[in-house]
Amino acid sequence: MDALIQIGFALALLAVTYFTGRRVERRHYASIRARERELAMLPAVTFRQIPSGWVVDGLGVVSGSVVVSVDYFKRFLAGLRTLVGGRVTSYETLLDRARREAILRCKEDARQRGYQAVVNLRLETTRVSRASNNSRATAGVEVLAFGTGLELRRDPR
Amino acid sequence: MILSTTETIPGRTIKRFFGVVTGSTVRSKHIGRDLMAGIKNIFGGELKGYTELLQESREDALARMVQEAESLGANAVVNLRFATSSITQGAAELFAYGTAVQVD
Repeated sequence: MDALIQIGFALALLAVTYFTGRRVERRHYASIRARERELAMLPAVTFRQIPSGWVVDGLGVVSGSVVVSVDYFKRFLAGLRTLVGGRVTSYETLLDRARREAILRCKEDARQRGYQAVVNLRLETTRVSRASNNSRATAGVEVLAFGTGLELRRDPR
Repeated sequence: MILSTTETIPGRTIKRFFGVVTGSTVRSKHIGRDLMAGIKNIFGGELKGYTELLQESREDALARMVQEAESLGANAVVNLRFATSSITQGAAELFAYGTAVQVD
């Protein structure tokens, strides 16, 4: 009987999180796309050196980070996927969202500090674990984007 | 203190190198934050409590690195990098390192 209740609860949770997870992801992607368009005029590049044509008046470190997690349903799907191997799409989109969000926040930080471009952008990814021991699952993934913000005399474009 | 992730600072020349400076901190979340994150972990989405905690800790690590650079007499840190490691369940190390230099 206990086992039945547990299975029923798990199934209900799967059904609920299927919808909530999709909603969360769709909203996040909409927000990412909108902000990416808005910040397109502030380039972030991975060049290690500053392009020779740019006249730099000031600089400083800028960064942006985010911790995101997948929902119960996607984690379940990923678990199934490991049985047969192959692409784990649910985690691919999670990491894609996390990286784009971190870069956006890094650019927003740069804009707020009055910089017009970011050079030597770097990305760091870390798995974040929870303190409680009941779940072997991760709490999520942290992506940090950091680079050097530049105050330019001329527009970089 | 000028901080940069690039190897040089445009328009400035490096006069002296002081070597590597580091700053680190190991943090864990308190139980309330962990509980909230547990709920978010079921429905998906951003774990804001964790984002903030890691960001604050990283600033601490950076401040420690800057302090070390200042004590050496540096006025800039170049080639700055950040690293994060999950040490154990519920704790993470935030680490900042770079090369302390004197620029004119």
